[in-house]
Formats: sequence, C-alpha cells, structure tokens
Amino acid sequence: MHLHDLWFILIAVLWIGYFFLEGFDFGVGVLTKLLARNGTERRVLINTIGPVWDGNEVWLITAAGATFAAFPDWYATMFSGFYIPLLIILFCLIVRGVAFEYRAKQSGARWQRNWEEATFWTSLLPPFLWGVIFANVVRGLAIDADKSYVGGLGDLFNGYAILGGFMTLALFVCHGAVFAALKTLGEIRDRARTQATQLGAVAGLLLIAFLLWTQADSGNGRSLGVMVVAFVALVGALVMTRLGRDGWAFTLSGLTVVAAFATLFLALYPDVMPSTLDPDWSLTVSNAASSSYTLKVMTIVAAVFTPIVLIYQSWTYWVFRRRIGVQHIPAGH
Amino acid sequence: MVLAVAQETMARWQFGITIVYHFLFVPLTISLASVVAGFETAWVRTGKAKYFHATKFWGRLFLINIAMGVVTGIVQEFQFGMNWSDYSRFVGDVFGAPLAMESLIAFFFESTFIGLWIFGWDRLPKKLHCACIWLVAIGTLLSAYFILAANSFMQHPVGYRIDKESGRAQLTDIGRVLLQNTTQTQMFHTVTAAFLTGSALVIGISSYHLLRAKRGRETNRRNIAPMRTSLRVGLIIAVVAGLGTAISGDRLGKVMFDQQPMKMAAAEALWDTQAPAPFSIFAIGDVSEGHNRVALEIPGLLSFLAKDNFHSPVPGINDRARQEAAEFGGEPENYIPNIFITYWGFRLMIFFGMTSFVVGLIGLWTTRRKFWLTQARKTDDDEPPMLMLTNKVEMNAFFTKWSWRVGILTMAFPLVANSFGWIFTEMGRQPWVVYQLMRTSEADSPNVNTGTVIGSMTAFTALYAVLAAIWVKLMAKYAMAGPDSGEQPPTKDPTLRGPSAGDADQPLAHAY
Repeated sequence: MHLHDLWFILIAVLWIGYFFLEGFDFGVGVLTKLLARNGTERRVLINTIGPVWDGNEVWLITAAGATFAAFPDWYATMFSGFYIPLLIILFCLIVRGVAFEYRAKQSGARWQRNWEEATFWTSLLPPFLWGVIFANVVRGLAIDADKSYVGGLGDLFNGYAILGGFMTLALFVCHGAVFAALKTLGEIRDRARTQATQLGAVAGLLLIAFLLWTQADSGNGRSLGVMVVAFVALVGALVMTRLGRDGWAFTLSGLTVVAAFATLFLALYPDVMPSTLDPDWSLTVSNAASSSYTLKVMTIVAAVFTPIVLIYQSWTYWVFRRRIGVQHIPAGH
Repeated sequence: MVLAVAQETMARWQFGITIVYHFLFVPLTISLASVVAGFETAWVRTGKAKYFHATKFWGRLFLINIAMGVVTGIVQEFQFGMNWSDYSRFVGDVFGAPLAMESLIAFFFESTFIGLWIFGWDRLPKKLHCACIWLVAIGTLLSAYFILAANSFMQHPVGYRIDKESGRAQLTDIGRVLLQNTTQTQMFHTVTAAFLTGSALVIGISSYHLLRAKRGRETNRRNIAPMRTSLRVGLIIAVVAGLGTAISGDRLGKVMFDQQPMKMAAAEALWDTQAPAPFSIFAIGDVSEGHNRVALEIPGLLSFLAKDNFHSPVPGINDRARQEAAEFGGEPENYIPNIFITYWGFRLMIFFGMTSFVVGLIGLWTTRRKFWLTQARKTDDDEPPMLMLTNKVEMNAFFTKWSWRVGILTMAFPLVANSFGWIFTEMGRQPWVVYQLMRTSEADSPNVNTGTVIGSMTAFTALYAVLAAIWVKLMAKYAMAGPDSGEQPPTKDPTLRGPSAGDADQPLAHAY
C-alpha cells in the first residue's frame, strides 16, 4: 500500500470521527427545540455535551488540517469550491461556540432566548451542509484542468446532494437523541427514547434512499458491504433504544454514522474529487497528494499522537459519565 | 484584470480583519491560561482563600476569551483554502504539516482539558484539576509554536525544494521548518508579548478594584486580597515579559535585517543605504515620498539594531528594490511595501508595548509592601497599597488617583501593539506572500469571484462587530463584578470514583 492510500484512510477516519462526535452534539443542539420543554430541560441537554463539544470540534480542525497537509489539492479544490456552504458552516460554528459559552453568563430572558435560538439554528444548518458537501464530493463536480471548481452555487444543490443533506441531518438528530437518552435522567430520558425511534425511522428511510443512490452511481463491492452494516446498525440502534439499552443503542447509532460515511469514502476511492467535465481532470489519491517525505513525517506524527488523543479524550467521557437530570441544574441563570 | 486585482485586495482585507481580530484573543488566552494555572497552583499548595478567588475570577475572564479565540481560529484554517487556493496548492506540502500538527498535538490538548477544567471542579481531585489548566496553558504555547513555524516559512522559506514537474514547494526537512531561527525568535517575541498583554489586563482590572477600595467603595477585605495579589503578579509579569519582549524584539529585528532587509528598511523609512544608519524616532511629512523630512534621529542606533555595531551600513529601500527588480523582474517600485504602514506600525508597536513595561516598572516600585518601608507605611495583604515614591515619601492624592487610572487606561495598550506588530511584519513582506517564492497576487483562488469575497468580508466584519460588542459587555461585567468571596471550593476533595449516594443529586458545580 502506498502512503497516499494510507492517508486517504486516515483522512476518512478523521472526517468520520468528526461526524460521529459532533454528529451527536449537533443533534443535541437541534433537540433543544424538539425535545426540551422548558429552559431547565434545554440546559440539561446542553450540559450533556458541555464538557466535550469543543474537543469534538477539533476533529474537524484536524481533518481539515490533515487534508491540507496530505492532499493540498484536495483541500484547495474543496475549500474554494464549496465557498458559500463552508462560509455558512463557519458562521454557524462561530455563533454556536459563543452561544454555549455565553448563554449562562448573563441573566435575562431575552439574552438567553436569543442564544438558545442561535444554538438551534447553528446546530441544524451544518449537518445539512456537510451532507450536501460530501454528497457532491462523491458525485463529482465541474472541475477544470487547473483543478478548480468552475460550476455555480446552484449546481451544488442538486437532488442527490439535497437528499444527502437531509439524510445527514436526520441521522445526526437521531444520533443526538440516542446520546441524550444515554446521558439524561428522568422524564426527559423517556421522551428522548421515544423521539429517537421516531427520528430513526425517518433517518432510516433517507439513509436507504441516499446510500442506494450512491451505490447505483458510484458504488463497488466494498461500499455495498459497509452500506448493509449501516442499515443493520441503525435497526439495531432502534431496537436497543426500545429495550432501554442506552449504551448499546448509542454504540450502534454511532456505527450507523461511521458506516454511512465510510460508504461514501469507499465509493469515492481512489478519487478524492472526481471531475464531471473530464475524468482526466479528477483529483485522485495520487495526483492530489503531498510528497512522500511529507506523508512520511505526517505518518510518524499521527502514529505517535493519535493514540494519546484517543486516550485522553475517552477519559473525558469517563470523567463526565454521570447522567444529568433537571435536579442537577443549578438555580440562578 | 481590474476585477482580479480587486478580488486579491478584498481577500487580503478579509484575511487582515479576521486575523487581527483573532489575535486580540490569542495573546490573552496564552497568558491568562498561565496566570490562572499559577493562582490555582498557589491555592492547591497553600489552601489560601485569596488564591482560590483569584483563580475563579481570572478563570471567568479567561473563558470569555478562549471561546472567542477558538471560534475565530477555525476561520483562519478554512480561509487558506477558500480565498487562497493557489497559495494552498503551492505551499501545502510544507505549510500543511505544521498546521496539521497544531491540531493534532495542541488543539486537542487545549480543548479537551479546558472542558475538564470548566466542568471538573466537582469531578476531579483538586491536584488533577490544577494539572488540567497547566495542560491547557502548555497547549496554547504548543499551538503558538506550530503556527509560528508555518508563518516563519512564509517569512523565510527553508527546508524545501521546488519540484521541477509541478513547480511547487516540497518539504525536504521538517526539522529546519520547525527549528529555524525565524521560528524560534518569532516564538520568543510573540510569547513574551502575549504575557505582556495579559499582564496589562491583570494590572488594569486589579487597579480598578484597588482604586475603588481606596475610595471606600469596596469594603469587603476578602474581595480586596485577591486583587492585591493579582496586581503584584501582573506587575511582575509586565516587567519580566516587557523586558523579554524588548530583548526578543531586538533579536527578531536582527534576524529580519538579515533575512528581509526590505522589511526593516521600510520599518525605518530608510530610503538610502547609510553607514552608520540612524534610528528615526519620528518623521514629519509623508514618509512614503521617497525622502524624509526627519525631525528626530539617534545617530548610529539603527546600525546597532541591525548588526550589533554602531557603524555598519544598513541597506536602504531604493537599493533593495533595485536589487529585487533585477533578480525577479519588473519595476523597482513593485518591491516596495507600504512605507506609511510599516514605518508607523513599527513605531506604534514599540510605543504601546513599552508603555506597559514602564507602567509595570513604576508600579512594582511604588506598590511595594515590605522593602524599605517604615512600619507606618506598611499595608496588609487585604488592603489597597499606598503608593510610595521613596521609603518615606508617599505620592500625593492627585498623583495617586492618576497612577491608578493610568494602570486602568493602559490595560489594552499591548493589544494595540500586537496588532500593529503583525500588520507591520505581514505588510512589510509584501509583495510576497512567501518571501521571494510566491507573490500575494498569485496566491488567491482563481475560481472565487470578487462579489463573493466582498460579501464574505462584509459578513465577517458585521458578525465580528456584534461579537466584539458582546465580548466587551461580558468582559466589563465580569471584570467589574470582581472576585466573589462567597464562592467556595467543594467541601471535600472530589474523587475520580464519583460521588457517594448522598451527593448524587447535588447540582453541578458548573453548568452552561
């Protein structure tokens, strides 16, 4: 195996890791409107992700940074090509981070309501847009001989991409509901379970439609296998939710996210950004990659530090393993 | 063509606005992390309440900052690809590596342990909790190092070769990129300046509270003690970091005289090569006219700053421009950066930075508590200090009042110095984005049109303005509220195993 193939896998792992982790915390953000019935319940939900959302978001920064280092052309084409969707995502991430941190810093109904509105919208839009972006990456874009995207903004919102956007959104919100069931106590937990199954049904339909379309367009043997895993895992997650086995349900809903996006990356390989104008202009793992020296350096860095990151990040989840209920929310703000 | 130029200009404006804005929070985050870590360590070791309250107080301000620093940082990483895709393609092989390392090594560290620190007051044993904030502080420094290594490659490209086939830069020696003297010197200068920035904030806010106490508006001595200690800490950091900033600035200047003589000639508006070269304190008239009507110069000092020798020749702007034109083609004037900005940016950086250093020095002397003071002048730990000029002479009421006010008013000076420093160093490198390898005009995204960039720049500016207003409001609110001596640490040291059955329903120590 070439180093650039290894790096394709690592980049895929980073993006998928990001979707697994921030997937549920975007979902929880959306649920502040769907699931929570009052201010205290909204705070219960936000506090389930309080200690971890920032670390989750670093997966995105690392995914983007690693793409830059290992595949400069992939990074350059993707980020300049998806300019407007990425700009909106950036705005959402800015406002969302500030909203978490600042909401409780001041009392006053209007101040808090504004930040809660912001939390909802900035958790809703990015999953949809990430879905649109990655669907387009797999489907192919109008990339010219200079590796630049020359299509318009409208071309990004084709049927397949929009389906991908809604699928991602539904899946993340479902994943968030399963996470909420795992991390909360009392009545809100029961409602989280009910909503998880309802959302799971919607997500399942969208997932089937989107992945079958992907498979028909650009699939192969491997992507087919992983696609089946995604379906089975989602069904398993819903069954476990009904049985009240929250830990298993979360593991399986996470596996659904992982398998769904792994299907996309498997369908994409060995391209990284296929061109719809001329297959010769497609960016591939070999023509978009950095030099083998850079990849070697990065491989060593990744081999040393990734396990360390995984250990301390997992430890955080263990430290904050306790479920949170309305009784744990301090009064005041 | 007209549009292409405009797009690059707009992309530069956007980069400038977003990076200067981001860098308001970065130095505060770097320094306050260590300040908070220092106070928490003092609390863990001594158990004194004033250290606990100082930790909590500065911790709150630190969190308001880090939130802004984190979210505005993501923009920078995306922006290289969005607005500067040709740059990204050209340098990605080299420049991407430190960026990826920064995320993997530094950002995960910071973000994970800050979460543990914020929410871990009632979950972690206090020593472990304290270790978390130290890890955050180390994370901020590591992050600074990697991003400065990336920036240093733009200032002084090393450890690469140009690939014949693709015409792009390829990494050949990561060690040189990470360890070259430009990186080290920039790190030294940036970090000392960051600590100067944090110290000015600490001095300013402590002065505000101590002046209030002096006027009898704050009588709770338990709230005064943490502020008095903070003032001391702030003053000491200001002196040490201020001195470090001056020394590192001098080192960095010498490195730049060697690596980018044009930048330093531009910093001085030194049009013609001179030996010995004078240091201009200020120039009247338009410095960008090609000659100066200089009002005040120190003979030979520039030679010394450049080469450690009062008589060395220092190359002037015109000579450097002719040389670069001969080497890279085009007209000499294309190689001259904006002299007005570099000249004044350089001066304002020094002025605003060094003012805080002087405030620190004077403050450290006048607020001393023990040394060379008669018994009657000594004040307690939880009283505002008297301002003593000599061991017997106290400052009169008028100067006392104004001394405290100066402490408050110069609170943001280093922030301004930081901005001018970066504006100077980045604009002084123009027309190059990667020095003598790639021009800024060749670096932008060919497929992104001007309207899009104008739209995004406007949107960022508007969003950042709103966030700035919110940031100022919250900072002012929490700074003016002062330490809360009602806050108590957990009654017993938490254990990792978790609470006993009786505590299971205790409210969270910290909640969003």
